[in-house]
Amino acid sequence: MATAAASGLGPGSGPGDSPEGPEPEAPERRRKAHGMLKLYYGLSEGETAGRPPGSDPLDPIDLNGAHFDPEMYLDKLRRECPLAQLMDSETDMVRQIRALDSDMQTLVYENYNKFISATDTIRKMKNDFRKMEDEMDRLANNMAVITDFSARISATLQDCHERITKLAGVHALLRKLQFLFELPSRLTKCVELGAYGQAVRYQGRARAVLQQYQHLPSFRAIQDDCQVITARLAQQLRQRFREGGSGAPEQAECVELLLALGEPAEELCEEFLVHARGRLEDELRSLEAELGPSPPAPDILEFTDRGGSGFVGGLCQVAAAYQELFAAQGSAGAEKLAAFARELGGRYFALVERRLAQEQGGGDNSLLVRALDRFHRRLRAPGALLAAAGLAEAATEIVERVARERLGHHLQGLRAAFLGCLTDVRQALAAPRLTGKEGPGLAELLANVASSVLSHIKASLAAVHLFTAKEVSFSNKPYFRGEFCSQGVREGLIVGFIHSMCQTAQSFCDSPGEKGGATPPALLLLLSRLCLDYETATISYILTLTDEQFLVQDQSPVTPVSVLCAEARETARRLLTHYVKVQGLVISQMLRKSVETRDWLSTLEPRNVRAVMKRVVEDTTAIDVQVGLLYEEGVRKAQSSDSSKRTFSVYSSSRQQGRYAPSYTPSAPMDTNLLSNIQKLFSERIDVFSPVEFNKVSVLTGIIKISLKTLLECVRLRTFGRFGLQQVQVDCHFLQLYLWRFVADEELVHLLLDEVVASAALRCPDPVPMEPSVVEVICERG
Amino acid sequence: MEDDAPVIYGLEFQARALTPQTAETDAIRFLVGTQSLKYDNQIHIIDFDDENNIINKNVLLHQVGEIWHISASPADKGVLATCYNKTSDSKVLTCAAVWRMPKELESGSPESPDDSSSTTQTLELLCHLDNTAHGNMACVVWEPMGDGKKIISLADNHILLWDLQESSSKAVLASSASLEGKGQLKFTSGRWSPHHNCTQVATANDTTLRGWDTRTMSQIYCIENAHGQLVRDLDFNPNKQYYLASCGDDCRVKFWDTRNVTEPVKTLEEHSHWVWNVRYNHSHDQLILTGSSDSRVILSNMVSISSEPFGHLVDDDDLSDQEEHHQEEKNKEPLQDSVIATYEEHEDSVYAVDWSSADPWLFASLSYDGRLVVNRVPRALKYHILL
Repeated sequence: MATAAASGLGPGSGPGDSPEGPEPEAPERRRKAHGMLKLYYGLSEGETAGRPPGSDPLDPIDLNGAHFDPEMYLDKLRRECPLAQLMDSETDMVRQIRALDSDMQTLVYENYNKFISATDTIRKMKNDFRKMEDEMDRLANNMAVITDFSARISATLQDCHERITKLAGVHALLRKLQFLFELPSRLTKCVELGAYGQAVRYQGRARAVLQQYQHLPSFRAIQDDCQVITARLAQQLRQRFREGGSGAPEQAECVELLLALGEPAEELCEEFLVHARGRLEDELRSLEAELGPSPPAPDILEFTDRGGSGFVGGLCQVAAAYQELFAAQGSAGAEKLAAFARELGGRYFALVERRLAQEQGGGDNSLLVRALDRFHRRLRAPGALLAAAGLAEAATEIVERVARERLGHHLQGLRAAFLGCLTDVRQALAAPRLTGKEGPGLAELLANVASSVLSHIKASLAAVHLFTAKEVSFSNKPYFRGEFCSQGVREGLIVGFIHSMCQTAQSFCDSPGEKGGATPPALLLLLSRLCLDYETATISYILTLTDEQFLVQDQSPVTPVSVLCAEARETARRLLTHYVKVQGLVISQMLRKSVETRDWLSTLEPRNVRAVMKRVVEDTTAIDVQVGLLYEEGVRKAQSSDSSKRTFSVYSSSRQQGRYAPSYTPSAPMDTNLLSNIQKLFSERIDVFSPVEFNKVSVLTGIIKISLKTLLECVRLRTFGRFGLQQVQVDCHFLQLYLWRFVADEELVHLLLDEVVASAALRCPDPVPMEPSVVEVICERG
Repeated sequence: MEDDAPVIYGLEFQARALTPQTAETDAIRFLVGTQSLKYDNQIHIIDFDDENNIINKNVLLHQVGEIWHISASPADKGVLATCYNKTSDSKVLTCAAVWRMPKELESGSPESPDDSSSTTQTLELLCHLDNTAHGNMACVVWEPMGDGKKIISLADNHILLWDLQESSSKAVLASSASLEGKGQLKFTSGRWSPHHNCTQVATANDTTLRGWDTRTMSQIYCIENAHGQLVRDLDFNPNKQYYLASCGDDCRVKFWDTRNVTEPVKTLEEHSHWVWNVRYNHSHDQLILTGSSDSRVILSNMVSISSEPFGHLVDDDDLSDQEEHHQEEKNKEPLQDSVIATYEEHEDSVYAVDWSSADPWLFASLSYDGRLVVNRVPRALKYHILL
């Protein structure tokens, strides 16, 4: 269709149809028209715009295609389409043609004015250019004139210029010469004024020239003069340098000047260090003076502060100045500095350690930790500066050592506190005895000891905890994160303390002065209960507390709670057993003395229970009360309510069987043996010093067993008269009446007492037992 | 083997006194003294037939009183000494005497045991050890290596050295010493050291151990508070001259080096009541026998403080018949100090234990109820020590 339109353009805008009005597809058509124009002007990139994609542009049948062949199109139409369609396409074609014509006209109208104005502009430009050409011509002429003049002036001035240049050169030379000639005096002046820096600069400037022209006598003289002055200058500088009074920066300046004067760096560097050493040693000396033999040293914080600012600051300055000045020295220089720092640092550390050692006894951890923190922090600067000297590592080591010692100190403190508690308890136990009131405070004493030890432990933990506080500069060192927490605090301090506590407690059992009973029995009892409490609760509490406060990241093995508990339990058991032995011994001695010292053959008929038996019962009751304060009742073997009655009948009936009434049986000795042996077959063997359980009944049973067994053995060593035997009978019955209530199995008391009476009967040449009723009467009366 | 089982012999009376027949080195023979206040006391001569595991007994009457201590002469099989109670109306005095048993009983009786009951024989009194001035006799000990002429007796706080003269028919008090101090001091026990040419005696009183030089009758060492309570008995190591064992009411057995009296070398605490008796084995001093009133007898092996801490040094006679065994057993690890065995055959307190003088692997223990038990060292241990 486009071709048709294009071909239709040629004959003019003939069709002249009125524009078809605002059709809805107007914008599209306009675009189509644009597309066609573009196509016409060969703007091939636009051709795809209005075309349905995929259609072949070479298709001769395509109305919009570039290669449209009208003949072929018509042929095709005629051949393929029925008449109606042909008619349709014809009308369609006509309509399109008309539309195209109207489009063309619109375009022409729109662009007409633009063509006109373009033509005007072009014409105006033509006129302007012509004027410009004239001006350019004039400019060219003027330039030529200027060039001419310039050349002429140059030619005229050529001469003068050369001369001026020469003169200027001479002037400069002269000035230099003058400088040289004046140099000695200037230098002198500078030296006099003390402007060493200036002097050195002058000297530096002149040196090369003088060196070069030294073959000329006059220069030679100057050079000599200069050298003399320079030497003097150098000497003065050295002098100043050596005086050392001036601070490190001034010294550094001196050294810098001396270096500029070409003094040998090696030597200077040595000397620099010597001087620095002098100064730092002064610092160290003053620190040492503060340490002093006399105690009133400043507190540790002040000390480390002073050391930090004085010595460490000085060292930093020296190191910085040195590295700046002697950077050229390379690794050898650095080595020297490191050695220097190492040595002085070592001495400083030694001083600090001495001071810290003085602090070991002190109790204030926070001050110490702050001091250590400062010490450690201050050493980080030189540490960074002088990595080779290993100062920071050494400082960390010191801090670690101090921390370890501190732990040891706290352990000692805890031990001392524990021993102190024990001393207090001893005193408290001794005191009321004077006034006759015994042991009312045993439970309170126990509570006091427990709480005081616990509070000491907590205080120690808190004090040690300062070492791991976040704000402390060394707390993130691996030692403090790991080993300190697990091995140091948990194992060393807490576990160590518990161990030592158990050992201390056990040592009371092993005391060689066992006979005298140097340890009050109540203390044994109290310690035993304390250990038992530790086993049941306190140990796990303390360890949990420790683990919470010191989050242990270390994987090293730690003592499990169960081991400690087992140890504490064992200690408690040993203490209680020992308590039983001691108390048993006290009563045993009483019984033994009473049996050994009495003349049993010539004793009178018993009227009373012997006083010692009452004493035994009283003591046993006292012990019962004492143990009852700390230990639970425990279980007894179930007995019927009228047990005392019943057992008494057993007791007396066994006697009626004639066990120690041999006159009733013909072959008495045989029967006695037989009977007692048969009885023993049915009774369990009595373990006299057997381990006790943690309750009152078991403790009392142990004590009574020991006492009665002693009585038995003592009785067997004596010979009794008739009344002697009866006295034993009375005594045993009395014991029987009062002791059964204390023991777990009263049968035990009966057995032992039976045996005592039986033995006494055997040891009696004339065994006539007392009537049970009389025995009862005497006992009830007594 | 079945002969490891204990052999038990019952006496009719209570008994505390037991001794091996020291001079007899072939037959296993023990002497037991009884305690009875109402009947005639007896001394039982117990012969143990090792092969057949049979006990043969002979009974001698000891009419003067109940026997508290008995000891046999080391030189003469027929001679023995006893400490006995003499009871008068209201007084008991412990006396001591030296006796001779009938000749035919000296080396075992040819007759069968049931005959002996009918023909009970009596001891022949050799001499009294006159103690009227000194008090109760606690024990009598013979000079261990001598000719049976010297005995020491302990009477209350006196230590008396007697010379037996005219074939033991006369006892002459050669020298004496006494213990001075506050309170009633009383010797409980004493032993004569076989070392130092038999010039040392050790005694126990209360908690103290003392050593005496018999030549001057002066004290040479003193272990104060050797035990927490009364010391009951002591014994010398037969092979190590300074070593001494003691036992007492604190249930402990302690081993001492008399050159250092401040600390015991070793302490055993195995018994649960007073230890009445401690005895070193005569040949193998690592074997310690203790008897206690907890009715137990304990045999301990104290290798570390024995004269053979590294095991037995090879003897010629051992080597001859056991040579092949010896080689393979040699790399056995050394024994530790330990309790070898606890013997629980007794029902009553054991007041006396002793080793046989003839067989080093055999011992007897005596409990108050008159039961005598003869036991052997376990075979395994025996071979371990020998090989």
